[in-house]
Amino acid sequence: MRFAFTQDQLDFAEAVSDLLAKECDPAAVRVAWENDTGRVPGLWSRLVEMGVVGLLAPEGVGGLGMGEIDLVRIVYEAGRAALPEPLSTIAGVVVPAVRDHANTADAERFLSDVCAGTSTIALGLAANPLVVGAAGAAMFVLEADDGLHLVDPDVVEITPEQSVDGSRRVSRVNWNPSSATLMCGPSGAAEALDRAATFTAAELCGLADTMLTLTTGYVAERKQFGVPIGSFQAIKHHCANAMLAVEFAKPLVWRAAYSLTQRDPDASLHASMAKAAASDAADVVGRIAMQCHGGIGYTVEYDLHLYLKRAWSLISQDGSAASHRRRVADRVLG
Amino acid sequence: MDLTWSADEDAFRAECRAWLAEHAPNPPLPSGDTAEGFALHMEWERKLYADRWAVVSWPTEHGGRGASLWEWLIFEEEYYRAGAPQRVTQNGIFLLAPSIYEFGTQAQQDYYLPRMAAGEDLWCQGWSEPNAGSDLAGLTSKAVRDDEAGGWRLHGQKTWTTRGAFCTHLFGLFRTDPDSTRHHGLTYLLVPLDIDGVTVRGFGRLDGDEGFAEVFFDGAFVPDGDGDPAAGGVLGEVNGGWGVAMATTSSERGLTLRSPGRFTAATARLVQLYRERGGSVDDPGVRDAVAQAWIDAEAYALYTLSDVTGIVEGRSPGARSSLNKIFWSELDVRLHEAALRLLGGESELVEWGPDGQRVENPWLKGYQFSLSGPIYAGTNEIQRNIVAERVLGLPRK
Ligand SMILES: Cc1cc2nc3c(=O)[nH]c(=O)nc-3n(C[C@H](O)[C@H](O)[C@H](O)COP(=O)(O)OP(=O)(O)OC[C@H]3O[C@@H](n4cnc5c(N)ncnc54)[C@H](O)[C@@H]3O)c2cc1C
Repeated sequence: MRFAFTQDQLDFAEAVSDLLAKECDPAAVRVAWENDTGRVPGLWSRLVEMGVVGLLAPEGVGGLGMGEIDLVRIVYEAGRAALPEPLSTIAGVVVPAVRDHANTADAERFLSDVCAGTSTIALGLAANPLVVGAAGAAMFVLEADDGLHLVDPDVVEITPEQSVDGSRRVSRVNWNPSSATLMCGPSGAAEALDRAATFTAAELCGLADTMLTLTTGYVAERKQFGVPIGSFQAIKHHCANAMLAVEFAKPLVWRAAYSLTQRDPDASLHASMAKAAASDAADVVGRIAMQCHGGIGYTVEYDLHLYLKRAWSLISQDGSAASHRRRVADRVLG
Repeated sequence: MDLTWSADEDAFRAECRAWLAEHAPNPPLPSGDTAEGFALHMEWERKLYADRWAVVSWPTEHGGRGASLWEWLIFEEEYYRAGAPQRVTQNGIFLLAPSIYEFGTQAQQDYYLPRMAAGEDLWCQGWSEPNAGSDLAGLTSKAVRDDEAGGWRLHGQKTWTTRGAFCTHLFGLFRTDPDSTRHHGLTYLLVPLDIDGVTVRGFGRLDGDEGFAEVFFDGAFVPDGDGDPAAGGVLGEVNGGWGVAMATTSSERGLTLRSPGRFTAATARLVQLYRERGGSVDDPGVRDAVAQAWIDAEAYALYTLSDVTGIVEGRSPGARSSLNKIFWSELDVRLHEAALRLLGGESELVEWGPDGQRVENPWLKGYQFSLSGPIYAGTNEIQRNIVAERVLGLPRK
């Protein structure tokens, strides 16, 4: 029994965190809000070089052949930086789905391109009405009633919409499923949702941690009535509650990633517990962060809103807390 | 990360489970916080001790099995899973003992620990006073130096002393330096309750048990403690009691007092209750509340696994144990609230169950007790202050 990351996993995550501290600071995220792609120019290729994007892909196609547990801490770091890149969907969901279910030729071709960073694949799960990064995707993995389809962009009609998070380029997609595009049945789709829920939960924990860090930093500096507002007990208790929410969500998230890696029969249940807890935690922390900042938190000049708005999007992406609690109830209570 | 148990640990679990299946009282014992219940609990404690299950993690010479922290977790999980009785010895074995191991002399360890494990000595915790609860450092009970006799004369009053009326000994803090203030000048004393100058008065708790006591000291004598430990004495340094007490409270807040097995077993019973009654109770939200309690118990269990991993690898949780305390105590309230919702209009019944098998309503009793969790072991307001100041580094003033 050992419930902790290995030193290698921590080192890898730290290397990513160092990169993001330099290349994906709030100023870079703001650039992504304003530019055409919603992404940080050049950053994806850096992540590709580090092997992060193809972490779950087999070595034969340029991947690292690792497992979900090796990726989850990195995705958490991405959340901490509000990384505006499709890392958790591509590295965490699309790559293993294509790896496990596409025919050999497709898998080889698409995974090689993804691992080389020359193309991206967009993901449309049935749980989500919107697809992120549809424009420019070389392929789509889309869910229909009969499972996951691997679909050429030519046959996908894309209608852009605007997200509250300016770096999220979301669209509705319209397409016609056919047996020719079917990649795997409903169980493969369910597995994709479990992975999506787990990695989105990891991102939410990262976002929550950053919102809490911003808050504790701010309340220690900001003075009212001649003292730092962080010395007021109401503020202290808000911060303690925020920490409580995120610290008790994290173990559920790490365990979900472990169970996915082990192909544990309860992995789906564990993913739902993780997403329910992380969605709730990010919601609690976000509101506390706003409240403790006062007026400045309600501006677009201050950085909090970058993390807050990403959190709002992810809280309901891949299933809300309520929907995952319902899944837990169905599994546990019958 | 490896969330599997070794073959040895599995074997240990099987051994625990088999012993508990054979010996755990069925039907469950009445509450140990009443006079007649307490006697039955002491019988149970002696049975545990006889087969060396009372203190599994202690060394064999003190009555344990030298079990690892992991095995201790396994034992606790099996213990609660079997529905075995609350531990009336808990304040000794879980709270005082770690401090005796850390601060006690060899003679104190050899004398007190086996007796505590065997249930021969029963310890209560003497921190709180009528005017010193959350503000423990404001305590006024004092120990006055008696040089001639080579010890201390105690004066003052402790209160809210759990099971004080049934216990044989008290550990507590007394002011030994009359010129000191706050947490300076306090000494951690071990006091037999049957000596002259000690009066214990039991009184009722909200949940109907007699489990509280006030303890009055009127010149009772305790020696320095370097002689025969049987007469009581000082644990750690004179005037250094605050540090010893803080070690005890961190055991109380951290995992030793409330192991996750307690909550995973309780939520398993809650799930059972839901299966029996969820369909008939008119409360659409209760299913969600039960699922949430179940998730929370899992979260606590996993959080503990990461704590134990850290401890085994030499990382102490420190002030983070306050996070545990807030979480387990509030989880306990939520899970019992969900249960009472399932009982609906019957939730107020003191005795409950099918005809012929009526028992004290465990959910009502458990709910009432759960409400004290955010109060004892340092209130959750105080814990939140600690988290904010010592973990998150917010300014004290
Ligand atoms: C079931 C039970 C068993 C107990 N067993 C024992 C025992 O065995 N031995 C023992 O010594 N004691 C025991 N206690 C006592 C317990 O430790 C105290 O009740 C507790 O420390 C609170 O002290 P108090 O009751 O004096 O309340 P107070 O300290 O007066 O607190 C009342 C309220 O004020 C709040 N408050 C106080 N100070 C602050 C602050 N600085 N910031 C914010 N809020 C504050 C508290 O959080 C609480 O909500 C037990 C209590 C219970 C309920």
